[in-house]
Amino acid sequence: MAVHPTMLAADPMPGTSEGTSSVTTISPLATLLAAQQTDPTSTPPFQLVDEHGDLTAAGREVGVDLDLAKDLHADMVLARRLDQEGLALQRQGELHLWLMAWGQEAAQVGSVRALQLSDRVFPSYREHAVALCRGISPADIMRQWRGVAHSGWDPAESNVHINSLVLGTQTLHATGYATGVRLDRSDEVVMTYFGDGAASQGDVNEAFNWAAAGGLPVVFFCQNNQWAISTPTATQMRTPLHVRAAGFGLAGYHVDGNDVLAVHAVTQHAVARVRAGEGPALIEAQTYRLAGHSSSDDPKRYRTDDELAGWQAKDPIVRLERLLRSSGVDDTYFDELQAREEAFAAEVREQCKTLHGDDLAVVFDHTYAEPHPVMESERAQHVARRDRTVA
Amino acid sequence: MGTRYALGAAINAGLRAAMARDEKVLVMGEDIAALGGVFRVTDGLAAEFGTDRVVDTPLAESGIVGTAIGLALRGYRPVCEIQFDGFVYPAFDQIVSQLAKMRARSQGRLSLPIVIRIPVGGGIGAVEHHSESNEAYFAHTAGLRVVSCSNPDDAFHMIQQAIASDDPVIFYEPKRRYWDKGEVLDEPSRSLHEAAVLREGTDCTLVAHGPTVATALAAADAAREDGFSVGVVDLRTISPLDVPTLRKVAAASHRVVVVHEASTFLGIGAEIAATITEECFYDLEAPVLRVGAYNLPYPPAHMEDDFLPDVDRVLEAVDASLSF
Repeated sequence: MAVHPTMLAADPMPGTSEGTSSVTTISPLATLLAAQQTDPTSTPPFQLVDEHGDLTAAGREVGVDLDLAKDLHADMVLARRLDQEGLALQRQGELHLWLMAWGQEAAQVGSVRALQLSDRVFPSYREHAVALCRGISPADIMRQWRGVAHSGWDPAESNVHINSLVLGTQTLHATGYATGVRLDRSDEVVMTYFGDGAASQGDVNEAFNWAAAGGLPVVFFCQNNQWAISTPTATQMRTPLHVRAAGFGLAGYHVDGNDVLAVHAVTQHAVARVRAGEGPALIEAQTYRLAGHSSSDDPKRYRTDDELAGWQAKDPIVRLERLLRSSGVDDTYFDELQAREEAFAAEVREQCKTLHGDDLAVVFDHTYAEPHPVMESERAQHVARRDRTVA
Repeated sequence: MGTRYALGAAINAGLRAAMARDEKVLVMGEDIAALGGVFRVTDGLAAEFGTDRVVDTPLAESGIVGTAIGLALRGYRPVCEIQFDGFVYPAFDQIVSQLAKMRARSQGRLSLPIVIRIPVGGGIGAVEHHSESNEAYFAHTAGLRVVSCSNPDDAFHMIQQAIASDDPVIFYEPKRRYWDKGEVLDEPSRSLHEAAVLREGTDCTLVAHGPTVATALAAADAAREDGFSVGVVDLRTISPLDVPTLRKVAAASHRVVVVHEASTFLGIGAEIAATITEECFYDLEAPVLRVGAYNLPYPPAHMEDDFLPDVDRVLEAVDASLSF
């Protein structure tokens, strides 16, 4: 029988499994060493607004900036609509693939809105809400998923690097970029997004260590959405990520990733600390991917309806809407947002259909910055063949 | 006219010149600052340019290349040292999926002017993973440039040309030739991606790069004593290949033997043989032959003399070509 990691997790310590006597004499040395071992324990995620949309004790203490809450709410609503439209466009054959951020809007919006526009972002590939908040157009977000280019936007305009699809590679790019920021004596902060699955990658752990050793101005933001396609977090790690932070020498934060105000507050705090030169931070946001991994995925094969229902009850948009309504925000706001959302959706559909692929020749043009005779010879072969075929 | 340098010292001088010319150039790798690198190629650079620009990194090759990419995105021109050829594999993804493809993936918006220096090849009696010739892996990846220097003059100029390139360059340094001395001229004799015809031949031409150029020259000398005119081409550039020069020597000598330390199976010699066959078929008197390593893991030091191409094996191939 295969041993599931969750079964192992029930063992208090390695070495107590079958074959080891449960009655052992505890030597003085063993007692001393046991006392030296730290017991990594998780802290509960920081919350300002609970699942019912009520302020927590911390929330009451901090108070709510209603204008900020409305802005973040609108960002989340538009991001979710982009996801709905994206999935529909994929089903209609207009997109080759769509990766849903559905359910993770608070983690993304709350964090990116806590940055300055001059702070560079290195995303993974699911950060549509981040991209929208940075003013990247739906067309530019969809370009890659329509299969007409490998990336959608110019990082020089949005200060968001292109997506990284090989998991975790971007965390090292962010770390190197942060090295440059420091060499430039700038107070910019670099933010990089990754997931619970990517947290198992060597690159991510190299980046944690590298950034901590160098005291670099980078924030590692993990959206722990509980599932790496079909692999649950329990299979990925035994020590929670926010606890792992301490081992690397990173400031670790644990936040309810479906509470956009909490995410915003925690990120703002962490970013200020990093900007002040106090070294890198790691934020673990507990969230949930309410849809499949991508338009090709079938999450019913690996997770239960009960689990899904449990997380639907924690929906970040519903939660904030309850708070806004109970704080006196009336229908006018929601009606206006609804109209804005419909116009946005129409724009998404319109923009998608304007995206057309280029000729293969452009890939030859984009591969090298400087002349490359072998590439030029192959480009000429392609162009000659294309022109022959067209003629 | 020029100054005499050992090959490793010539790279050192080239790095120093590049760093003095452009303050965005920085050098990073394992043990390169205080120690000056295990081969001392970066000796003295930290003292001259400071540890902001001569950076001792954590011992993590993927991190070296991955963070160099981030630095390049920020406007720097990093020169990474991979301590030994066999240690580059942890960085493989960052090199082939990130470094090589970033420009194409970004539709030409993001260039990564990064040089990855790799001491390459065997012949120094090293332990395992310290004697590999892995140029074919990188030459097979579009988006990279791959070059190989064989003498101090090229080492000095090519490292500067590689640093000046806006494309990523894998820069191979023949570790068993680090201490070979030669004259370094003030100005480069040719561009980075040009092969050098070191000796013209009418009977056969040897095509070599990096550490086997000296072997090829010795074999050509021996053949001359036997009355044969054997030419030698120092490839210098592996990607892109200098096809016009290969075409020229094939047409002039009608016989070509490629010599490299990497295993012949799917090695650079295979690409050269195919290219010459496709482009110069009617000029050839014999098939293009290859002399390289066997298709084996690099053997223990006591066996490496039987593994590496030497003058005798090159001459056997020349004989085979001439008697074809």
